[in-house]
Amino acid sequence: MALRDIKARIDSTKKTMQITKAMEMVSAAKLNRAEQNARSFGPYVDKIQEVVGSIASGSSSARHSMLISRPVKKTGYFVVTADRGLAGAYNSNILRHVYRTIQERHKSADEYALIVVGKVGVNFFKSRKMNILDSITGVADQPSFADIKAIASKAVSLYADGTFDELYMYYNHFVSAIQNDLTEKKLLPLTDLSSGKSKSSSYEYEPSEDEILEVLLPQYAESLIYGALLDAKAAEHASRMTAMKNATDNANELIGQLTLSFNRERQAAITQEITEIVGGVAALE
Amino acid sequence: MKTIQVSVVTPDGPVFEGNARMVSAKAKSGELGILPGHIPLVAPLTISAVRVHEEDGKTHYVAVSGGFIEVRPEKVTILAESAEAASEIEVDRAKAAKERAEKRLAGSKQEDIDFARAELALKKALNRIDVATQK
Repeated sequence: MALRDIKARIDSTKKTMQITKAMEMVSAAKLNRAEQNARSFGPYVDKIQEVVGSIASGSSSARHSMLISRPVKKTGYFVVTADRGLAGAYNSNILRHVYRTIQERHKSADEYALIVVGKVGVNFFKSRKMNILDSITGVADQPSFADIKAIASKAVSLYADGTFDELYMYYNHFVSAIQNDLTEKKLLPLTDLSSGKSKSSSYEYEPSEDEILEVLLPQYAESLIYGALLDAKAAEHASRMTAMKNATDNANELIGQLTLSFNRERQAAITQEITEIVGGVAALE
Repeated sequence: MKTIQVSVVTPDGPVFEGNARMVSAKAKSGELGILPGHIPLVAPLTISAVRVHEEDGKTHYVAVSGGFIEVRPEKVTILAESAEAASEIEVDRAKAAKERAEKRLAGSKQEDIDFARAELALKKALNRIDVATQK
């Protein structure tokens, strides 16, 4: 390669590195915020879980449609992806898994419906002509509950009106900055309620258990969706941060190699020039 | 004087924490007044103001958009999808929300789903304005 070409490549790699480094730092900051959000959401979901658990375990008479399994004719899938790529395997992991699961479980398109968060997921399923019931894109990096309330309550009401008979949720669970786990969670019907730490305090219900469940269970299901979304956001920022860190490291390595070959090339040129001059002088003598 | 711990929690984090000698809230079945040592109780709330009467005679107002209240003898927890302490409500924003909701109500037909949603939004906005002006 000519000297000039190598130099141009070094320059462009350096510029790419500046960008990936900036993106890494931005994602790190966003990850921090996302973790904070998840933390402040914690008390709410703990409390609501406790109350739901104590009602559900305390009484066998209280029966709500969201607690009862019914024969499954159609399955809902709630899939959380990102709006953008550049996050390593974050999106492809989840999409591949969901796609495979659906292919295995269902023979026809009538047996499932998708609710998708994130542009990447929407495009993926659209290009495969799969049945998307509802989608939301452009979710803020630090979503507030109001931002996702609409899609969460839609998912819950689609279950309530019998559009689908069970609802699974797929998202990346944030473990640490370098790890996130693909999570499949059965959201509806709500089954594992009593497994929580129910202190089994016997409440008075005003006006009645059934009416409280009417308010409480949708709110609970929505909060689970919101929790998953916060978790997924944290995982997204983390995996983008890691991907950008890797890109920066790779760019650094590449620059090192290119600089080496640049120097070698330059030295070769100089040596050749000297040889030519010496040769020329020798010819004159 | 005996007091009771109060916390108002939303998905976006806690909104209010404090001690009170009495808490009053508006449940779907009617007004509730809760004193320390109340028996355990769970009740759904309406879109309304929760009043927290503190020991020193001050009263805090918190606007809640529904949700429910959980009472234990020593602690009251209110879980709402959104809630704002009176001091944090932006009246201008609430007024804008009210106008938006009114406009939508005037424009849409009765049987629309949007109608119900706009009505809910209007109620929330009015509640916020009420609470903000009461403080």
